[in-house]
Amino acid sequence: MKVVVFLMGDQQYGISIENVLGIEKLHAITNVPETSDFIKGVINLRGDITPVLDLKQRFKLGETAYREQTRILIVTMNDMQVGLIVDAATDVMDIDSAIIEDAPQMINGVKESFLNGVAKLEDKLLILLDLEYVLNLDEVNEVNEMMET
Amino acid sequence: METTDYLDVFLEESDEHLQAINNHLLELEKNPENLEMVHEIFRSAHTLKGMAGTMQFQDIASLTHQMENVFDKMRNNELKVNEHVVDIIFQAVEALEQMVEAIRQGESGSMDVTALVSHLKDIEGGDDQTELEHKAAKEQFNPHMNLDEYQMTVVKQAIEQGFTPFQITVNLSEDCLLKAARVYMVFEVFEEFGEIIKSVPAVEELEAEEFETQFSVVVLSKAPAAEIEARVHTISEIESVTLTALDMNVKKAMDKKTVQDHLDKTKESQSTSANNNGKHTSSKTIRVSSERIDQLMNLFEELVLDRGRLEDISAKKNDLELTETVEHIAKVSQDMQDLILTMRMVPVEQVFNRFPRMVRGLAKDLGKNIDLEIIGADTELDRTVIDEIGDPLVHLIRNSIDHGIETEEARRRAGKPSNGKLILRAYHSGNHVFIEIEDDGAGINREKVVQKAIENGLITGDRAEELKDEDVYQLILASGFSTADKVSDISGRGVGLDAVSNKIAALGGHIFIESDPGRGSKFSIQLPLTLSILSSLLVHVQKEIFGIPLSSVVETVLLNEQDIMYSHRQQVMDFRGKIIPLLSLKEVLEVPGYEQDKEQKHLSVVIVKKGERMTGLIVDAFIGKKEVVLKSLGNYLKGIFAISGATILGNGQVSLIIDPNALVK
Repeated sequence: MKVVVFLMGDQQYGISIENVLGIEKLHAITNVPETSDFIKGVINLRGDITPVLDLKQRFKLGETAYREQTRILIVTMNDMQVGLIVDAATDVMDIDSAIIEDAPQMINGVKESFLNGVAKLEDKLLILLDLEYVLNLDEVNEVNEMMET
Repeated sequence: METTDYLDVFLEESDEHLQAINNHLLELEKNPENLEMVHEIFRSAHTLKGMAGTMQFQDIASLTHQMENVFDKMRNNELKVNEHVVDIIFQAVEALEQMVEAIRQGESGSMDVTALVSHLKDIEGGDDQTELEHKAAKEQFNPHMNLDEYQMTVVKQAIEQGFTPFQITVNLSEDCLLKAARVYMVFEVFEEFGEIIKSVPAVEELEAEEFETQFSVVVLSKAPAAEIEARVHTISEIESVTLTALDMNVKKAMDKKTVQDHLDKTKESQSTSANNNGKHTSSKTIRVSSERIDQLMNLFEELVLDRGRLEDISAKKNDLELTETVEHIAKVSQDMQDLILTMRMVPVEQVFNRFPRMVRGLAKDLGKNIDLEIIGADTELDRTVIDEIGDPLVHLIRNSIDHGIETEEARRRAGKPSNGKLILRAYHSGNHVFIEIEDDGAGINREKVVQKAIENGLITGDRAEELKDEDVYQLILASGFSTADKVSDISGRGVGLDAVSNKIAALGGHIFIESDPGRGSKFSIQLPLTLSILSSLLVHVQKEIFGIPLSSVVETVLLNEQDIMYSHRQQVMDFRGKIIPLLSLKEVLEVPGYEQDKEQKHLSVVIVKKGERMTGLIVDAFIGKKEVVLKSLGNYLKGIFAISGATILGNGQVSLIIDPNALVK
């Protein structure tokens, strides 16, 4: 399978290229009130209003610091179009599905439920994201509700 | 014959004709003596038969053929219109609708119609059908032959010289390729027999093929009608020819109709759709697929964004020539916008049309007598709304008939007229359209509703006492609610009204319920006029820009800080003698603050309203009025509090649009 490789910290992550519509440089984000803290707001993507998430915050690993290499990965899933803020987008890679293993319970602070698996490359690990789960707000809402009550 | 190209046209025209038959049939039932209606139905049935025949939908053709025969009898006063006949015809129409729908779904459209046909045959009594058909064909055409002074004189002189003026209507077959050539050949034939003094459409239009398949001419000739007819039939690709000798009296009456009258008719036919002159008016209206209008709308939305950008640039450059040009673009595009929006507007009649028959059927099933009155059927609504509004209305009407209007006996006991009344009303008010369903039935029983709501756990017993009537009525829109003691198959499945309520909410509308026990109830649906472009007031809150829909804005005021008052620890202000709550948008929307400007002595306040209630929204500064394109925030962000969407400003920045309805308490 072909994946788009990006960085959060030093760790490489991958999302299937079928779900990636494009990679954008960071631009003006309009804040949207009363949303989870990892939802940074909305951007104008060539006329389409697109919500933007801070992926690091989504994994509860703290807020991404914006730098020159910071990118917005535009992804699509179940009729949704969403931007993911990542530290850098580095590569497109072909991965042999034979080298993909099940994800451990926790890797680099990211919970297993967010992951589809881990690919062992020559020198390092590539963590494959479960985009559907990342974009699933029901789980987030449940947590929020629990905290409110 | 390649029929697929014509399928869409066939389906649309069939819908129109079936609707026309429906309407006329209901009218006929009320006034059985009204021969005009019989004629209209006859024509529609005849056209349908012709179209179905060409498209090779045999069952539709045979059923319409038999209907045609029945109406021919009525027309000649050989058959009385009675309820039984109307019932059977309604059944036939229903079958036709089912077949047309099946064809639309890509099926063959065949159906066993033998039972219906034999019913109709029984009614008709089995006369010589070929002769009937011949007569039918003769009467079928519907001329629009307005002869002018000069032509009248020519006709009069010709009659004196022993000529007969014939009005001849020729129908080319649908698949005729070189229409102009056929017209030429037909004209050749006429000229052999006599003189053509008028043609509709005009010769130029015929030559340019600016007509569908039908044209009419007035010919002066000494030859017998049959001979001319036979001669025309020798030309191929001629579907039908009808000849009539022009009656001078009729002609005079027609002559009085002015061109303006004619134009009015054309307009009317566009909006009523229950019209059988489609072929005559086709030169003035064209059918455009709604998809194209949607595309046009999308393109226009982009243009509006660019217009905003241009306005920003010209304001910066301060160049007179540029400013003037941009202003002109703004004006022209505003006009364009109005036009495109009206193109998307369709009369609500399209939806209302199916109700008379539905009400009639339901009333019969339930053994009630109900008069339906429709008001404001020409009220226009955005097409997207029209497409969605049908089902909710069906539910509400069923609800009124089943639960609202009492049986005849109960009505008599209550001292009401035995016929129940149902009013379906549509009208515009400001930026909204209202559709109301009003009945003079028993009204909503508050006690029953409360009891049921408690049973279903919607409210608690002690809370029920405090509820206002209108709040109680809203409970019937909650899911899993039905007050009818008996569950009938018409309504009362308990899923209807909450689905209605959800649908209306999804369209950005509201349902208001009024009820007067013993007198009846009224369901009002408030809907937005258009969905995508809105006038808004742009305001600054800190560094962000928000849009507030102008339709909700009452006015903007500058408020002295010392004029802020407090009531129950809530900031309030005096607005024209009324105390209204004050809300800070910065706080409500949690806009990150960068500066606290304590120096400011005046607060900028936007007064917004929801119905009668008002609220003042404190902002940092007013920017101005702007037409913006309302865009959704997408599927990911749903149900954000007090935000109805977003727009893109001239500089490319995204700005959120506030939903004042959520802020006015």
